[in-house]
Amino acid sequence: MSTATNEDRGRLMGEMPIGATEPTADTALLPSSTPVQLIDADGRHVHDDRYPLPDGESLLSAYGRLVTGRRINDQANALVRQGRMAVYPSSHGQEACQVAAAVVLDDQDWLFPTYRDTVAVITRGVDPLEVLTLLRGDWHGGYDPYEHRVATQATPLATQLLHAVGVAHAAKLRGESTVVLAMCGDGATSEGDFHEALNFAAVFHVPVVFFIQNNEFAISVPLKHQSVAPSLAHKAIGYGMPGERVDGNDLAALLSVLGIAVDRARDGGGPSLIEAHTYRMQAHTNADDATRYRSADDVERWVPRDPVLRMRTYLTALNLLDGDGERSFSDQADSIAAAIRNGLNLEVEVNPAELFEYVYAEKTSQLREQAEQLREELARDAAGAGEQPGDGTEGDTP
Amino acid sequence: MTQTTDAPVRETTAAASRSTSTSTFAKALNAALADAMEADASVLMFGEDVGVLGGVFRITDGLTARFGEERCFDTPLAEAGIMGMAVGMAMNGMKPVVEMQFDAFAYPAFEQVVSHVAKMANRTRGKVRLPIVIRIPYAGGIGGVEHHCDSSEAYYAHTPGLTVLAPATVRDAYVMLREAIASPDPVVFLEPKKLYWSKEDVDLAELRRTYDEGEAPRRIGRAVVARAGADATLITYGPSVPTALAAAAAAAEEGRSIEVIDLRSIVPFDDETVCESVRRTGRAVVVAEAPGFASVASEIVARVQERCFHSLAAPVLRVTGFDIPYPSPKLEHFHLPSVDRILDAVDSLQWED
Ligand SMILES: Cc1ncc(C[n+]2csc(CCOP(=O)(O)OP(=O)(O)O)c2C)c(N)n1
Ligand SMILES: [Mg+2]
Repeated sequence: MSTATNEDRGRLMGEMPIGATEPTADTALLPSSTPVQLIDADGRHVHDDRYPLPDGESLLSAYGRLVTGRRINDQANALVRQGRMAVYPSSHGQEACQVAAAVVLDDQDWLFPTYRDTVAVITRGVDPLEVLTLLRGDWHGGYDPYEHRVATQATPLATQLLHAVGVAHAAKLRGESTVVLAMCGDGATSEGDFHEALNFAAVFHVPVVFFIQNNEFAISVPLKHQSVAPSLAHKAIGYGMPGERVDGNDLAALLSVLGIAVDRARDGGGPSLIEAHTYRMQAHTNADDATRYRSADDVERWVPRDPVLRMRTYLTALNLLDGDGERSFSDQADSIAAAIRNGLNLEVEVNPAELFEYVYAEKTSQLREQAEQLREELARDAAGAGEQPGDGTEGDTP
Repeated sequence: MTQTTDAPVRETTAAASRSTSTSTFAKALNAALADAMEADASVLMFGEDVGVLGGVFRITDGLTARFGEERCFDTPLAEAGIMGMAVGMAMNGMKPVVEMQFDAFAYPAFEQVVSHVAKMANRTRGKVRLPIVIRIPYAGGIGGVEHHCDSSEAYYAHTPGLTVLAPATVRDAYVMLREAIASPDPVVFLEPKKLYWSKEDVDLAELRRTYDEGEAPRRIGRAVVARAGADATLITYGPSVPTALAAAAAAAEEGRSIEVIDLRSIVPFDDETVCESVRRTGRAVVVAEAPGFASVASEIVARVQERCFHSLAAPVLRVTGFDIPYPSPKLEHFHLPSVDRILDAVDSLQWED
């Protein structure tokens, strides 16, 4: 069994925390006093001894994904307004976190996203139309989690963090070098499952990176009602794992901090907790009226810290990005947005016989009976409407 | 039509239309909370987004502004925490009303509900009673995504010690929430989401007066005849009441007189009103949108056949949701009890004999 022994614990405590140079036992598990930043809001590089700046090529390619991420949010919001999609929890303003969470992982790794992390899921390679199946209301999930190693987008808050620990623990037992990156929001850190997941991860010393996007709100509730800890990353020390905080609108810092945490986990260094400081620029979802609980001024303060703008300024100043480059990223984003638009404008038929198909590996006799009842009803309706009976509902689907 | 004294027929719209104001189901709940908080300083409201926002369904709208943050407040985002804290506050003289944001998000609180809220009075031989109201926006029919449409009543109804209520009309929403808050026992108060925006001619000030003066007929443990009829009885509650009424109206056009019983109170269960009706009509169908297997509907069928067997002309049938996880928005209409399904069930009640 791989529970932490006392020896492990001693090793843990003395271990290099993420990016630390001078570990001093337990205080080494504490996050930096201010969020790690490598590119400031004006697009200038800020030096940090602990965290190297990713090279220009990586930054440029990640920037392209950032542009696409922003476009996906804009497109999804538009589709909701047009009634093509029921609901969309937008990550507008949080795209740097979304992109970084996906690109720091290798193919054999796992991503555990929430409902707000659609851009991260698409960035990891999942087909956008399969991702949006859920939000269009066709089915509760649209992609095969095994295909790209992306778990379903979790709605019951913080529950997925324990699943992430389980996947990582199984990977360890199976001798795989898989790392699991598990995402949650600031509000979700109040749930019991959050605490249990961190404790399990630390005790079993598993390769999980917990990644909190602190966007300052849980629907209407501001962070101060969730926690009065110095930061959410400070919670890590209570479980015996390192915590770190990072500017959540700084793609370079996110890539560096998360990248080091992933490497550390892969090298057997155990779990860690990363808190990204960002902001939910839009309402919780289209169904929410944010003017009831925050002012336009509050939101306005975050506009200059926009993650896309910041990277563009930085890359342009270094001549890594010019008009042509910008256009080609923009075209790429446009083509993905167009694919989403066209896909969602097609009406997809979902066979109601599927309702009974997956509940058990083998249908119970009750479910067989109920499936037959629905099939007969629909056949009768179709006949009554003068159509061919049984269309699309005949027999069992695979 | 015969009527026992305990089986009131729902006030007719003719009586209600004397008043000029209308109210939604949501507004009636909001007024009941405000009136209860005004009447009793120990009544508190807390949960997720119930403060400044007024709840995601606006049921607590304006309560923080009116009564202050000590009386209506947001907690950290943790349902087990909300429920556990409610237990402690109730032990120390408060009457907490808590909101679980959606049916499926009440599950983290389940341990507190089942292990303590429901059992405390029994454990302490009645020394510690927990006058907690657990408000839960519940059930489907709103095109909600997964975890936003569960019919979770059976879990609670199966737990001795809990009162379980599900109002279906604007008037009942008001009076039953007032009664729930006044009850010495813990109450699970299920608010059918799809009825939040339903409207009735109701004067809430008048309703408040009748409640405060003890003139409102008691609802906990009392079903009501929502529509009188002679040929068969539909027994239903909460979100399925309007569907059952629509089915009865459709049946009337075909010359069949259907009675509809709105249970209102799942626990305690009003055997008397239900059985009086079924004995009179001789036929019954139970309608509920929860999966039928091991459900509240199963319990009703069992009770009716145990008590009314010799008056029955046909087996008691059920029209329920299928035994599947609640479907996606696109498919939910295949799952929910419909007028047609209810009429089919009524048609098969052995009329030819
Ligand atoms: C267990 C549970 N309780 C309540 C909810 C309802 N809910 C959905 S999102 C949300 C706020 C979550 O805030 P946060 O974790 O900060 O994530 P964000 O939405 O800001 O990304 C709430 C209360 C839920 N989904 N699950
Ligand atoms: Mg948040």
